[in-house]
Amino acid sequence: MSVSNDQIIDFIYAEARMLDEQRFDEWLALWLEDGHYWMPLDYQQTDPHLVTSLMYEDIFMLRLRIQRLTGARTFSQKPKSRCSHVIQRPFIDDINGDSITTNTAMHYVETRMDEQFLLALTAVHELKVVDGSIRIANKRVDLLNSDAAFGSIQLLP
Amino acid sequence: MQTASDIAALFKGDQVHRDVYTSQAVYKLEMQHLFVNTWVFVGHESQTPNKGDYYTTHIGDQPVIQVRHSDGEIHVLHNRCPHKGTKIAIDREGNTGKFFRCPYHAWSFKTDGCLLAIPLKKGYEGTTLKQTENAKGIKAVGAVHVHRGFVFARLADTGIGFDEFFGDSLSSIDNMVDRSPAGRLEVAGPPLRYMHQCNWKMLVENQTDTCHPMVAHESSAGTAVSIWEEMGSPEPRPPAMQIIAPFMSPYEFFEEMGIRTWPNGHGHTGVHHSIHSNYSAIPGYFEAMTASYGEERAKEILDENRHNTIYFPNIMVKGPIQQLRNFIPMGPNKTLVESYIYRLVDAPVELLARTAMYNRMINAPTSIVGHDDLEMYERAQEGLLSDGLEWVNIQRLLTDEENYGDEAIENGTTERQMRNQFDAWVKFITRSMEAQA
Repeated sequence: MSVSNDQIIDFIYAEARMLDEQRFDEWLALWLEDGHYWMPLDYQQTDPHLVTSLMYEDIFMLRLRIQRLTGARTFSQKPKSRCSHVIQRPFIDDINGDSITTNTAMHYVETRMDEQFLLALTAVHELKVVDGSIRIANKRVDLLNSDAAFGSIQLLP
Repeated sequence: MQTASDIAALFKGDQVHRDVYTSQAVYKLEMQHLFVNTWVFVGHESQTPNKGDYYTTHIGDQPVIQVRHSDGEIHVLHNRCPHKGTKIAIDREGNTGKFFRCPYHAWSFKTDGCLLAIPLKKGYEGTTLKQTENAKGIKAVGAVHVHRGFVFARLADTGIGFDEFFGDSLSSIDNMVDRSPAGRLEVAGPPLRYMHQCNWKMLVENQTDTCHPMVAHESSAGTAVSIWEEMGSPEPRPPAMQIIAPFMSPYEFFEEMGIRTWPNGHGHTGVHHSIHSNYSAIPGYFEAMTASYGEERAKEILDENRHNTIYFPNIMVKGPIQQLRNFIPMGPNKTLVESYIYRLVDAPVELLARTAMYNRMINAPTSIVGHDDLEMYERAQEGLLSDGLEWVNIQRLLTDEENYGDEAIENGTTERQMRNQFDAWVKFITRSMEAQA
């Protein structure tokens, strides 16, 4: 079953909105079980395994990350962080049967107490249409300054 | 203006004054004396494998360049043109060929720092340039020593020797390198870089603080365990369980793992076992180790599972997973943490994959474990500004007759290593203050 370009683009916008509104359970349900969220450390990094990345997380780690955010003793989230994605219209780079690849430029702002920071990034989504619904097979987030020294980045850019 | 006895008075044996973490004046003395008199980590030789390769870093607050000279030796130079002070290199790494050339006025230097040429040199005829220190070239640090591939430098021209300073603590680096069937490590990619708004010593102390993991990291390690149990405790365990769950080990586990301290501020957790002891075996690795070392020696190397080894003043090494963290001071309340990983030459790549995974799960600015550590440091940095109390307590399991000049093995929850660090801290700051007085 195929999906329209508008459905694909709406999906990317809706995913960013889920993260900003902290609807994390809904967000996690978008993922396929063997997916990975990858945030490279180095500019144009090609290998997620044998050099360090900022994140290369399977569903277990993502679930842990999300569940931790609401824990009673999650001290770095007392008080909580908030975030905002401003996204450019996604490019649909490839459609191959049920598999879709998109490329989306975003500005990400995260804030906690009196601190706030801005990251520019490019998100590449590998999507898959399963039973008529779009799901996330993999997501790669390249921060423009991925090799800079950061303070804590606590939510999901 | 602090005197040597003012500095000594900041450490009472069981308490330390908050000025060691918050005072700009004390920080300045650390940079002028502690980081000058001690042997400080610079880099790994595999970061500059070829002639002309260089890499830039800091020793304390001093910008330096590690460079491989044309004779193959590694030199460490102050990153400053002797002419006007321009930094010679600002990228993190590169290759400069046979010489450095300052981009401002084209003074050029051999890769050991010696002056090669100055344009329009006759403009200095009749001046005293030749008699100045500046005319010799880019100034080198006082002394450089490479141990099993790890480059250390002492800024001071004279002082304690490398072997005397580190003594038997070098056994942790040796064990890390011996874990390669070839007896050699290579750096694997750039380091994670995590900025902390706290004093550098808080990070160093936390490496042997075994009473915090089950408290500060309950949110990550405890949640990992409960998710895994909800899933019906599947085996093999998800990778995150192997790496993060051991942080939730009970107090007894950390008490029994033991702490060893060596003279001059060095020490390590995990004398008998550690959170790194129960990682799954990687097929082919033990066979490769046995082929290189023989079965008995291979077992001996791999049975050593030291947790965190502090090389005073400011690095931590994890031998079993080939990791080094460099706590670079940037001010009394600012520290850059760089976390490196190394490849065991001739070992299966799955070991490096696990090491890379550990690094991103625990040490990244995106790490759910690191977030809670940084939260504690930054709260402490702010809390110490309170004038309600001026002293910080470090007397857990303090005994009457602690002699930091002796190697000792103690209960794994002692704060002896923190006291050992402050003993060395006073010793190496005041050493040259007294000489100046």
